[in-house]
Amino acid sequence: MLLPRIIRGLTFVILVVPLVCGLVGTALPAFGYLPTLGGDHLTLHFFADLFARPGIGRSILLTFATAFMTTALSFLVVIVFVAGWAGTHAFARLQHLVSPLLALPHAAAAFGLAFLIAPSGFLLRLVSPWLTGFDRPPGWLIVHDPLGLAMVTGLVVKEVPFLLLVTFAALPQLRLEQTRRLAASFGYGRIAGFSYLLAPPLYGQIRLAVYAVLAYASSVVDVSAILGPTLPATLPVRLLQWMNDPDLALRFVASAGALVQLVLTLSALALWWAAECGVGRLARFVCAGGARFRRDAWLRSLSLGLVTLSAFFIFAGMAILALWSVAGLWQFPNALPNELTMRNWARHLPQITTPLITTVYVALISTTLAVLLTLGCLEREVVWGRRAGHMVLTLIYLPLIVPQISFIFGLQVLTIITGTEASLVALVLVHLIFVLPYVFLSLSDPWRAYDRRYELIAAALGVPRWRVLMRVRLPMLLRAILTAAAVGFAVSVGQYLPTVLIGAGRLTTITTEAVALASGGDGRVIGIYAFLQALLPFLGFAIASLAPALLFRHRGALRV
Amino acid sequence: MRSISTVITSGVTLALIAAVSARAQTPDPSDWPAVVSQAKGETVYWNAWGGSDNVNDFIAWTGRQLQKRYGFKVVEVKVADTAEAVAKVVADKAAGKNTDGSVDLIWINGENFVAMKKQNLFFTPGWATKLPNWKYVDTRNPTVTTDFNEPTDGLESPWGNAKLVFFYDSARTKKADLPNNAEQLLAWAKAHPGRFSYPAPPAFMGTTFLKQVLYELMDDKSKFYKPVDKMSFKQYVAPLFSYLDQIKPYLWHEGRDYPKDYPAMKQMLADGSLGIIFAFNPSEASSAIEAGKLPKTVRSFTFSGGTLGNTHFVAIPYNAAAKAAALVLANFLISPEAQFHKQNPEYWGDPTVLSMQKLPGEWQKKFAALKLGVATLPPSELGPIIREPDASWTDAIEAAWKKRYGVAH
Repeated sequence: MLLPRIIRGLTFVILVVPLVCGLVGTALPAFGYLPTLGGDHLTLHFFADLFARPGIGRSILLTFATAFMTTALSFLVVIVFVAGWAGTHAFARLQHLVSPLLALPHAAAAFGLAFLIAPSGFLLRLVSPWLTGFDRPPGWLIVHDPLGLAMVTGLVVKEVPFLLLVTFAALPQLRLEQTRRLAASFGYGRIAGFSYLLAPPLYGQIRLAVYAVLAYASSVVDVSAILGPTLPATLPVRLLQWMNDPDLALRFVASAGALVQLVLTLSALALWWAAECGVGRLARFVCAGGARFRRDAWLRSLSLGLVTLSAFFIFAGMAILALWSVAGLWQFPNALPNELTMRNWARHLPQITTPLITTVYVALISTTLAVLLTLGCLEREVVWGRRAGHMVLTLIYLPLIVPQISFIFGLQVLTIITGTEASLVALVLVHLIFVLPYVFLSLSDPWRAYDRRYELIAAALGVPRWRVLMRVRLPMLLRAILTAAAVGFAVSVGQYLPTVLIGAGRLTTITTEAVALASGGDGRVIGIYAFLQALLPFLGFAIASLAPALLFRHRGALRV
Repeated sequence: MRSISTVITSGVTLALIAAVSARAQTPDPSDWPAVVSQAKGETVYWNAWGGSDNVNDFIAWTGRQLQKRYGFKVVEVKVADTAEAVAKVVADKAAGKNTDGSVDLIWINGENFVAMKKQNLFFTPGWATKLPNWKYVDTRNPTVTTDFNEPTDGLESPWGNAKLVFFYDSARTKKADLPNNAEQLLAWAKAHPGRFSYPAPPAFMGTTFLKQVLYELMDDKSKFYKPVDKMSFKQYVAPLFSYLDQIKPYLWHEGRDYPKDYPAMKQMLADGSLGIIFAFNPSEASSAIEAGKLPKTVRSFTFSGGTLGNTHFVAIPYNAAAKAAALVLANFLISPEAQFHKQNPEYWGDPTVLSMQKLPGEWQKKFAALKLGVATLPPSELGPIIREPDASWTDAIEAAWKKRYGVAH
C-alpha cells in the first residue's frame, strides 16, 4: 500500500518541517540576522536589549511560576479525583461532561471567569449589597492580579478537562477494579491504593499530556492578556506587543525573547521532570512505610468539589457571557441586567459574518485534512501490524510542547518572504499543525481498540483491503472519527496566536476578534463573541454525537 | 479531474487579475470619474483602532454604503494601536513590497502621521484637497490642515473632530464637587480614593490625559509646540510626573492596574467603580446612554481653561493596493451624508469637520435639527480647545510613563 506510506511521510512533514523552519526563522533575527529589516550581521545585542527592558525579570519569573502552578494544580486535582472516584457512578457520569468542557476555547472560558470573579462580577453582585454592603465594586485587584492567580485559575479550569480526557483514554488499560479490591483488602484507602499501584503506570501514559499543559501554560497569550498581570505582563504577551511595534528593531528583540521563551519552557519541563523523580522517590518511601491513609473521605470530597467547581466556572461563565450579550444597562450591584435587549446582537451580527465564515472554513478544512492524515497513519499501522512507537507519539506531541510563539514568529517571517502572508492556505496549514495532534490522540485509541475479527471475516469472504476499510471499519468507527473531528474543529476555532500572526489582521476569526474587542472592555461585545466562540465547538460535538445516531438508527448494535 | 482543472483555471485567472490590478494606473483625484470606475471591484483594507463599538459600527455602515454605490468592498482591520498599522507599512517597505501593500487606508493622526510622513510612506502627491467633497470642509479650522503642528500637505483627509470631555454620574456625584482643572482633579481624586483612573499609555486616551495635565502645569506653554528637546525634557515633564506620583495612591487599584481603554471606563462609571471618566468625543456619554451602556443620569463637564482637541484623518500608504477605492472612501467620509450619520449620537456622535455655511440648505437644516443628546454639552459650553503639542511629545511622554509606572511596585 503506497498511499498510507505517503500519508505518513506527509504527516511527518506537516508536524516537523514548519516547526524546524519556524525555529530557524525565529533564531536568525534573534541573533540579528534578517536582511529585509536591515539586520545583516550576527550579534548578541538584542538579547542585551531584551534583558535591559523594565520588569523583564519579573515577566519571566511570573511566566515560569504561573505555568508551574497551573500544571501542578491541574494535575493534582485530576489525579486525586481519578484515584478517589474511578469506577464509581459519579465518575462515569462526568465522562460525558468532559468533551463539551474541553471544546470551549480558552479565551471564552477566560472571559467567562473574568465576568464571574471580578469585583464588579456576577458572584459579588449576587451577594451585594444585602450581604456585603457594597453599592459600588470594592477595590480588590482580582482580575489582572500581580501574582497571576486569576490567570492560573482560568488555565486550570480548562486544563482539568483536558487531563481528564487523556486519563479516561488511558484508564481502560489498567486493571482498575481488581487492583482496587486488592488494595482495599490490605486496608489501604482508596486514594492511597490507587496512588501506590496504579498512578505510576497511569502517569507513564499521560506524561506527555502533562508536559503539553506545562508548555501551553508557559507560552499562552490570550488567557494571559485577559486575566493575567499587566504591570508587567507575562513574557509571551510582551513578545507579541514588541512584534507589533512600529519600531522594527523591536522585532529582533521579540525574536530574542521568543528564544528565551523556548528556554523558559524547556527549563519548566526540566524542573517538572526533576519534581517527578522527587515525588516518585517520596511516594516509594511513604509506600514502604506502609501508611494506609484510610481516612481519605475528606480528600475525595475535596477533589470532587474542585472538579465540580472548575466545571461550574466554565458553565456559569458561559451563562454570564450569554446574559451580557443580551444586556442593556447593567449596573453594579444589580444581579440581573436592568433591561434585556437583542440590540447588541442586531448591531454586531453584520460585522461577525466574515470572521465567522473564516473560522468555520479554516476549521473545517484543517480538521478534514487532519482526519484524513490520521486515518492514513493509523491504517498503515493496521496493514503493517505494528503500533506506532514512543518516537512517533513524541513527534505527535511536539507541536504541543514547543511553545507556539517560539516558532510562529519564524513562520510569519517565512510567509512574508514567500508572499503567502494572510492567505487562507497558510492559515489552514498553520492550524493543521495544532489540529493534527489532537485528532490523532483522540482517534488512535478507539482505532486500536477496534475488534479486528470483523475485518478478518470480511477478508475471509474475499473482500479487498480498501473495501474492508470503507465498508466495515470506517462505518463502525464513525462515531469515534466524528468525535475526533469535533475535537480538531474545537482546537482550530480556539487558535489565537497562529491566527493573529499568520492571518496578519486580514484573516480574522471569532477568537481573534473577541480578543481584539476585549480592549473595549464592554461585556456585551465580549459576550457575543465569546458566546459564538463557545457555540461553534458545541455544535461540532452535537453533530458528532447525533449524526451516527441518525445514520445507524436501524443498526441495533451500533447505537449508544 | 474536471473540478481540479476548474480550480487551476480560476486560480490562474485570479492571479492574472491581481497582476493586472497591481500594474493599474495610479489614480488621479482630479479625474474623479476615472477614480470611481477604477475603484469598482477593489477591496479596501482599512486599518482602524478597533476598541470602540460605535466606530466599528460606523465603519461597517460605510462599507455597506460604498458596496452599494461604488461596488467595492471595505474590510476593517482592527488594530489595538494605530502604530501597528504603521508597522505593517514599514515592514512592507523593508521587505521591498512597494506595490500591493497590506494596508490601503489608515485611521490616523498626530505622531503616527508625522512618523509616516517623515519616512515618505504616504501616497503622493497630496490628494485630500482634490477630493470632490473637500468643498464642504471647514478650512477655517486650522486642525484640518495642520495635524499636531505638522502641515498635512493633503496627505491625509479629515473625517472627525475630537475634544477631551469628562463624564460623571449625577446620581452619585454632586455637580458642585466637580473639578475645573487638573489641580482640582487631583484634589477630587484625593477626596474620593479609587474613583479615578486613566488608560495606561500608549492607549491614546491615557496619553491624551497626560498631555492635558502637562499643558496645564507647564510654565512656558510655547515649549509644548516645539519638538522635544532631549536635554530639557526631564525638566519640563517633572511637574507632570510629580502630579502623577501624587495621584497614583488615589487611583483605582492604587495604580496597580489601569483601565484597558476609554470604552472600558464607561462600564466602570456605570458600576460606580469610577466617579469621573473622560473621552475624546463630547457625545460619548449620550451615545452610550442611547445604547443602554450608561445610566440616563450621566452628564458631561469640561475645564473652563480648555481641554485638548484635535482632528482625526484617513491616509493612504504609498504602496496601497486599492488606492482608487481608498480615495472614494475618503471622499465619502466627508460627504454631508456620512458626516451627518457620524454625528448622530445614536450611531457615534463624532463632531463633523464640515462647515455649515458651505453645505446645501437641506443639510444645514438636518444638522441643525440633530439632537446631540441629554449628556452632551452645547458647543458654546465646550470650552476653549487646547491644540495638540508637537508630535514628538507623544512618544517621549509614553516612553517616560512606561519607564516610571510600567512595572508596579
